[in-house]
Amino acid sequence: MASLRDIKTRINSTKKTSQITKAMEMTSAAKWNRGVMNAKSFVPYMEKIQEVTASIALGAGGVSHPMLTHRPVKKTGYIVITSDRGLAGAFNSNVIRRVHQTIKSRHTSNDEFAIIAIGRVGRDFFVKRGYNVVLDIIGVNDQPSFQDIKDIASTTVGMFSDGTFDELYVYYSHYISAISQEVNEKKLLPLTDISTSHKLTSYEFEPSAEEILEVLLPQYAESLIYGALLDSKASEHAARMTAMRNATDNAHELIRGLTLSFNRARQAAITQEITEIVGGAAALE
Amino acid sequence: MKTIKVSVVTPDGPVYESDVEMVSTKAKSGELGILPGHIPLVAPLEIGAVRLKLAGGKQEQIAVSGGFLEVRPEQVTVLAQAAEKASDIDIERAQRAKERAEQRLQQAQQEHVDFKRAESALRRAVNRINVAGNR
Repeated sequence: MASLRDIKTRINSTKKTSQITKAMEMTSAAKWNRGVMNAKSFVPYMEKIQEVTASIALGAGGVSHPMLTHRPVKKTGYIVITSDRGLAGAFNSNVIRRVHQTIKSRHTSNDEFAIIAIGRVGRDFFVKRGYNVVLDIIGVNDQPSFQDIKDIASTTVGMFSDGTFDELYVYYSHYISAISQEVNEKKLLPLTDISTSHKLTSYEFEPSAEEILEVLLPQYAESLIYGALLDSKASEHAARMTAMRNATDNAHELIRGLTLSFNRARQAAITQEITEIVGGAAALE
Repeated sequence: MKTIKVSVVTPDGPVYESDVEMVSTKAKSGELGILPGHIPLVAPLEIGAVRLKLAGGKQEQIAVSGGFLEVRPEQVTVLAQAAEKASDIDIERAQRAKERAEQRLQQAQQEHVDFKRAESALRRAVNRINVAGNR
């Protein structure tokens, strides 16, 4: 049986750990709130741009644009959105596993695909395995603004336009609720499945539908990437909050068990002492 | 006078929403003025100001960095990647951005790198300063 002092040390260190996890839970909760709010304030923009894009792409007959047409796939781009730090439960590994499996089942050689990594964990994983990571960005703010990722988003979209990729997917963790997130796979480009719930409006174009698509489609694709990032950030903080809450609960559980055995050991020591004293006194009589 | 609803939205959230008498701005194809009851229209915008004429003769300006103007008979929406109300612009920050962009532009002239990006950064900064100056 562990000595009194050993148990005491363990209780203390577990307590310290639980304080840390508790603090992390609370900071994540605050960030999670902000993250969900950011994702919400992005919705009006997204809806509007989707509506306009759909109206133009579906409405104006005969408009074509490289971003709207499917072409033979020689190389696929995968955007993988993970976090920079761990301690968020299965948040990162879920995304990474999904991408890893997809790549293994779809491609036979490393030349057929390239990875764009947003977030350190994902980047490190794929770099370590010798995958072709063409672009990466780490240290994205917890409350990312559009400017933060504009560069990487427009470079990625540019790589589709100049023929480096023939299709582009994005993988990220979709936020459902505080305790549930799921990995989403979204085909970003070519934009073949634009749809909208709104009624299509027939617009006048100034100067022409083609020229508008020229500007609108890249902006649309970039905002899809940004939307995925916001979604992923909200999930990350929710996942970390849940993970940290579980850790705190486990620590409390552990402390309870340890306190019990500490008390037992103390009682045993007292009992033993009394027996020794009584035994000693009896020997004197 | 009749009014039309205007909203300016960016990926970081809505920036402006109000009813105005007239919207005027510079599109890629030239100056545009929108009054209530305009036919549906979509036009890409230049980096510049969206000028709003409010009821009662007041004016308001919003700096936008490109994007789109979508017009419907009852509503005008500006979709921009960044937009700021004149009263929200931090002039000092815009000045600094302008200086940075100028520096980069000079380097770019020597090394031929990212000329376009530096140029559009400079135009955005100058635009913000102009709009803030008119408030």
